[in-house]
Amino acid sequence: MSLTIPKPSPCALFSGQALQPLPLNDFAALCLQRLQQGERLLSLFGRAATPADAGDWVLTAVFLPPEGALYVVRGQARRGEHYPSLSASHPAAQIHERELWEQTGVVPEGHPWLKPVRFEGERQQHMADYPFFTVRGNEVHEVGVGPIHASVIEPGHFRFMCHGERVIHLEIQLGYQHRGAQALLLRRPAWSLTPIIESIAGDSAVAYAWAHCQAMEALSGRPVSADTAQSRAVGLEMERIAMHVATLNGLATDIAYLQAAATYGRLRTAIINASQRVCGNRFGRGWLRPGWARSLPTELRDDLRKTLQGFARDIHEVNGLMRSARSVKARFVGTGVLSPQAALDMGLAGVVARASGVALDLRKRLPGAYEHAPIATVTAPTGDCWARMDLRMREIDASVTWLLEALARAPGEQAAARAPAAPEGENAALAARTLCVSLVEGTRGPVLQAIETSDSGGLLHHQVQDPSLANWFGLALAVRDNGISDFPICNKSFDLSYCGNDL
Amino acid sequence: MLKTIAVRRSQGTQYIADLRGAVPAGFRGKPLIADTACADSCQACLSICPSHAIELAPLRIDLGRCVLCGDCEPACPSGKLSFSNDVKLASTRREGLVVTAARAHIDPVQVSAALHQRFGRSLKLRSVSAGGCNGCEMELNATGNVNFDLGRYGIDIVASPRHADGLVLTGPITRNMAQALDICWDAIPEPKLVIAMGACAISGGVFADSDALDRSFLEKVTPSLYLPGCPTHPLTFISGILDLLGIAG
Ligand code: SF4
Ligand code: SF4
Repeated sequence: MSLTIPKPSPCALFSGQALQPLPLNDFAALCLQRLQQGERLLSLFGRAATPADAGDWVLTAVFLPPEGALYVVRGQARRGEHYPSLSASHPAAQIHERELWEQTGVVPEGHPWLKPVRFEGERQQHMADYPFFTVRGNEVHEVGVGPIHASVIEPGHFRFMCHGERVIHLEIQLGYQHRGAQALLLRRPAWSLTPIIESIAGDSAVAYAWAHCQAMEALSGRPVSADTAQSRAVGLEMERIAMHVATLNGLATDIAYLQAAATYGRLRTAIINASQRVCGNRFGRGWLRPGWARSLPTELRDDLRKTLQGFARDIHEVNGLMRSARSVKARFVGTGVLSPQAALDMGLAGVVARASGVALDLRKRLPGAYEHAPIATVTAPTGDCWARMDLRMREIDASVTWLLEALARAPGEQAAARAPAAPEGENAALAARTLCVSLVEGTRGPVLQAIETSDSGGLLHHQVQDPSLANWFGLALAVRDNGISDFPICNKSFDLSYCGNDL
Repeated sequence: MLKTIAVRRSQGTQYIADLRGAVPAGFRGKPLIADTACADSCQACLSICPSHAIELAPLRIDLGRCVLCGDCEPACPSGKLSFSNDVKLASTRREGLVVTAARAHIDPVQVSAALHQRFGRSLKLRSVSAGGCNGCEMELNATGNVNFDLGRYGIDIVASPRHADGLVLTGPITRNMAQALDICWDAIPEPKLVIAMGACAISGGVFADSDALDRSFLEKVTPSLYLPGCPTHPLTFISGILDLLGIAG
């Protein structure tokens, strides 16, 4: 008889005892050691100390080792304390150290470009007070674009440093969408947060809601049934397909390939309208709540399968058209290359990293609901706009295949009616003094949420992190040495979230 | 060439001919409030609502705040709340967005003769996302796709505010975007109008309590049209704007 070791979970609990914080320098040294061992720094954040904690700030670093379970390192810091920056030797830490510094004032000494991530708190409306990186030289000129861009798109500022048409460097300044979402989450009853969570990055509502619900369920010891988990995965894959098609639509539009754009437009409509028939909303809002997800009775399964079968036929046809058109190849092949080494060094994740050959997909690495119904991991080696387009096409195929199989299975026990979002009585209690790290592989990559509870089981901290946070720098690297006129297609091929970054 | 023809053939005809009559299957739209009594001192819906859209005695829902999350429906022990798939949620008056058991309908959009005359055949709009979650922005983009094809009425999104007759505002207006929004508005030539799209733009939505917002823009400028939803459904947008401009759909 062989013993099967269960795969590590996408959601991990750390109890108060396991979280003894280290002094700041020891914390930084341990983080450095883990980075040197090839572990991935998923997140680094701080919260204000409570009377029970030492120091002024409590710091948390979340690591994903090459194998095994999630790992957390805890530290403490005094106001304004310094530590040797991790980014100097491990650039993957750069954005996390900037965020930590912005939120706590703890200084990573020697950080190469310490600048606010989202201009929070007192820095609001002070975007102009921070310098942009400058490239010197007689013929170097700067092009500034945004925050408002030409089309219907979220705001962000891009500052290109160019030599003629050639981009030498791009500085991306975000924060315009900063709504103070994390602070807001601590002001409402813990069990009624999902609608706010769904509004943080509205194009990834299911991924965000799932990461949140998973954490709340782990903290309250209320695991959901396999059927509930499956319904969530169905919602997530529908969201992935819809968003990938939206990106393909954008790519086709940006090179004025109108036939493909028009076709992708109506194909996305078919998918999001099907999601609406399940949950009442085209963006998957209301598909799930803590302890609950939409049930998928036979009629709804048949409806979804029929939609997906028609979709699969037509997307295959239009993808073939895109892949074979010489004008598409001419624009995308070899444009905006991000090397595998750069993707690893910068700690990039999700679609963008996979298109540069990094085979990391949490649906494989920490499978959770996907453990018994695996989904294929797709990678591409070339890291150019073409790879990011082609990868999305193949991920759509993988999701459609997965969905058609999942939906062919007989529905299990059905949740009869929609459960109230706030459970009553004992079940409602969250484990006290516990940290829960919860991950979901959303369309763009790992969506992370970390919830820490107080001694009385209330919410002490709610960390939300979009994969775009780290991936934005990948875009800056990819456009180097490209013509500035190729920026729109580079940007679209990354298709990162502004509001997910800005919170 | 053959591939192009094949794709064209499977594309067929996709546009919705009757946009005003279209019914979105499954959409959680206008709240319906039953005329039954609330349980004694019950506040279940009030405490669960993420955007302070509900007031009690008598129960009223402000569609300017409501994000149509549906969470109040199962919370109510008396079954007073349900949702229809009605997308006609627009109003030209902010107060017109409140529904009660006695007043189940949103104030109909007031057709403006002046707007009809000026923009009835051509309205160019500039979009500004001021803290939007990309939900409203994607739905605004969708109004121009082959299904909804709002362009057929001469209503289009333009890049430059100088070319625009109006501004579609999405998002709760973050402090970090407040200045850019002002500059964009100032760059639009008169006469001009603002359309508030989505719960965020109308009231701050789920972010109304945040300290990171600066909504003073709306103290200076009153929207000509309020389009509820989270995000606003393309059909809500389209029927609202056709009504405002007095366009027979
Ligand atoms: S549907 Fe509207 S009124 Fe009901 S809880 Fe949600 S936001 Fe509040
Ligand atoms: S109203 Fe809803 S969908 Fe629209 S921007 Fe706000 S949160 Fe996003």
